Amino acid sequence: MENLKQELKAKIIENLNLEDFKVEDIDDNDSLFGDGLGLDSIDALELIVMLDKDYGIKISDPKKGKDIFESIQTMAQFIMDNKTK
Amino acid sequence: MNTKLHIQSYCKIKDNTVTLDGNVVFKDNADDLKSFLKSTYKHLNLKYGKFFKMDSLSKIAFLASEFIFNKSQIDRKSDTIAIVFSNNASSLETDRKHQKSIDNADDYFPSPTIFVYTLPNIGIGEISIRHQLKSENAFFVFNNYNAEFHYTYENSLIQSKKADAVLGGWINVDDDKNYEAFVYLVSKKGEIEHNKKQLNKLYLK
Repeated sequence: MENLKQELKAKIIENLNLEDFKVEDIDDNDSLFGDGLGLDSIDALELIVMLDKDYGIKISDPKKGKDIFESIQTMAQFIMDNKTK
Repeated sequence: MNTKLHIQSYCKIKDNTVTLDGNVVFKDNADDLKSFLKSTYKHLNLKYGKFFKMDSLSKIAFLASEFIFNKSQIDRKSDTIAIVFSNNASSLETDRKHQKSIDNADDYFPSPTIFVYTLPNIGIGEISIRHQLKSENAFFVFNNYNAEFHYTYENSLIQSKKADAVLGGWINVDDDKNYEAFVYLVSKKGEIEHNKKQLNKLYLK
């Protein structure tokens, strides 16, 4: 789980071009949207693609995204519970 | 009677060099366009994280406008500033990246953050968001920089009072090595007369 969380932080910085952030700047429970990392709706789509491409998880109901992408902690837990690769 | 218009300031970005009103203001030995644009961003001491999400075309347009607005006497809050850009590669560099992500049916993962930049006028949107411009704007695709068209359009926007000033220019990105920006601000202020001859002269300078 710890390795996955570090991996997610690195991937989010890389895939979403968050050049002002480093892995150590992101706490496990920081909000990914709003006042936290400040991600936007396009970033949310990129995260959905990332789950599909890297972990074989398809999110069929976009409404679930709000809970899944709340923080690194919630994302990692969702991936652990649902990954197919 | 038509008001006499001027090119208040102009910025060129090409070959890892930025010039403002004919003077070199930044130069870098970066190996690729992405690194050069990042260095230029840092040179300007900007704090605008959204910059890193942009494609190269938008970044160049954004940076050129920053250099010009930093120097200009335009009041961006009260003056209406239109934007008229053109190029010949449209958003080709980003289009290629997007195409690459959908080439293989077995590995079909188009990136939303790349796809949103598969239009050249997104760069105008980025500048408008940054400076809160709610003005006329257009991005045209021509074979070459068309000074006559730009002069006519830019002049018309100000003479018809659609805008107090126009940010115009040619911003083209084909690939990492073949890129150029020639961006200028047309207004009632300035010393260089706004006409076809001057636009061509400054573009070729």
